[in-house]
Amino acid sequence: MSFFRWCRACLGTGFILVQSYVLNNSTTFQIPEPLPLDSGQVLIGAQIAFETYGELAPDKSNAVLICHALTGDQYLASDHPITGKPGWWERMVGPRKPIDTDQLHVICANVIGSCMGSTGPASEAEDGKPYAMRFPVITIRDMVRGLIALLDGLGIEQLHTVVGGSMGGMQALSLAANWPDRAARALVIASTARHSAQNIAFHEVGRQAIMADPAWADGNYYASEASPDNGLAVARMAAHITYLSEEGLTAKFGRRLQDRSFKSFGFDADFQVESYLRYQGSGFTQRFDANSYLYITRAMDYFDLAEEHGGKLGDAFAGSSTRFCLISFDTDWLYPTAESRHIVHALNAAGARVSFVELSAPNGHDSFLLEHEQLDRVVKGFLAGVQL
Amino acid sequence: MTTSTTWGLRPDLAVIAHQVKSGSRVLDIGSGDGDLMEVLETQKRCDARGIEIDPVLVERCVSRGLSVVQGDANTDLADYPDKAFDYAILSQTLQTAIRPDLILDELLRVGSRAFVSFPNFAHWRTRTALLLGGRMPVTRALPVSWYATDNIHHVTVEDFRDLAKSKSAHIERSWFFADERAISPIGANWRAEFAVFELSR
Repeated sequence: MSFFRWCRACLGTGFILVQSYVLNNSTTFQIPEPLPLDSGQVLIGAQIAFETYGELAPDKSNAVLICHALTGDQYLASDHPITGKPGWWERMVGPRKPIDTDQLHVICANVIGSCMGSTGPASEAEDGKPYAMRFPVITIRDMVRGLIALLDGLGIEQLHTVVGGSMGGMQALSLAANWPDRAARALVIASTARHSAQNIAFHEVGRQAIMADPAWADGNYYASEASPDNGLAVARMAAHITYLSEEGLTAKFGRRLQDRSFKSFGFDADFQVESYLRYQGSGFTQRFDANSYLYITRAMDYFDLAEEHGGKLGDAFAGSSTRFCLISFDTDWLYPTAESRHIVHALNAAGARVSFVELSAPNGHDSFLLEHEQLDRVVKGFLAGVQL
Repeated sequence: MTTSTTWGLRPDLAVIAHQVKSGSRVLDIGSGDGDLMEVLETQKRCDARGIEIDPVLVERCVSRGLSVVQGDANTDLADYPDKAFDYAILSQTLQTAIRPDLILDELLRVGSRAFVSFPNFAHWRTRTALLLGGRMPVTRALPVSWYATDNIHHVTVEDFRDLAKSKSAHIERSWFFADERAISPIGANWRAEFAVFELSR
């Protein structure tokens, strides 16, 4: 039974447990004040679910906030409660790992709008029913507002480092730009300061796939038998292609056929790559809410850090004393190196301290999640680097 | 050199480290593994930034806590605002530039002062190797053969003085080295293996 079918079942029997299901695994923080949003609306009674790893130093100087990507969650270095799979960055975060939890207190929180315990479209609105499409449209900065509220709640005034890859990098940039005193360092991996037309276009394909699924029902599927799994799976399939490189796909699958010696002259998954994408798509629906996918992709599309700061990206970082490190990958065509360089340029113009390196990796955008010794060394070095 | 401390730096870098005023803002172009930057930050309390083209060297700098951007001196100096730095340093890189004259302009735009160091192609060893051997010199100071060298614009002490003059750049000071030691400026165009110039405009 998928997570969302389970939740629906709970809703159907009167157990409103969409969030408490997750609370068994994660701590949740209730944001005490209404959370103001870029749209002008406010989110009342919002919750943030989070995980922590490593001990917080008595002076609270060793807190690292790691921001997750579009479909990520707070299960950074612990098993995922639905899939049972290891945390999404377990290779990077842990004792004696590049982000060393023997030294650092790592916090990873589910962003608002998501579906793993933080308030999102699947959560109850004030009337006791799921928000669904009544959930306000949020932005990356709104997600960061939620994270800042969490830091306030935890009494952490300044982070040792804010870290993020992909959409997590957008949050790290937004935090450093809008709350410059809250992070001594910002590590931004495979990310961008704005969504390009191509980025928006791919997301729109995904959203249309979800909304074209009859089971989506204008977003009101939480209490019904059906859910827009087909649409969500197609959205994931399209997006997944953008996370990989042509080189990586060719190396992994080529034109090889799936469990057969001949083409079927039909529309089964003849090719391994088709089978792989279908598997990725259907696996994704077990752990993700279609409406959350709509809201979070929208937030990413709306992201343009320069626009928030009068059109000049440099102005977003004026006077910043945060140390920045940006990393890109040469085969990432989703957020290519040019986007990181654009940010580096702006940081230089603002006189901010910035390091930047483009790493060579065969696996496109997803490289930041995979084994990469040089990435490990840069991350470790930047976090350990003496504050000169 | 005014003092014998080199902090383990190459002689041309040590002289630059001595000349840079404490607490200044410095851009090191071609920062390598960050030796000079680290000395400037720890010994001179400078705010040092680097540009380096080799990602392996950038990684080493980042892991030393230095702020280094992977980039190309030929194109990326344009990213920096006018007079963003008190000093712009270009050590042993001028002769590898696509357009050394344009790089010099950029150095003097982003920095109030510039340090430039380079191997002197008019050193007597180079001259005799070409005169007697009839082949492009491979010497201690220029150890790579013509087809593999990064040095695409060989330059002499006198050439550099001419370039500075044509660019209205004022030569504040100059230092010359042979056999890893500082030498007097007399006959430098013959005697110096390496030269360091401090410029302003």
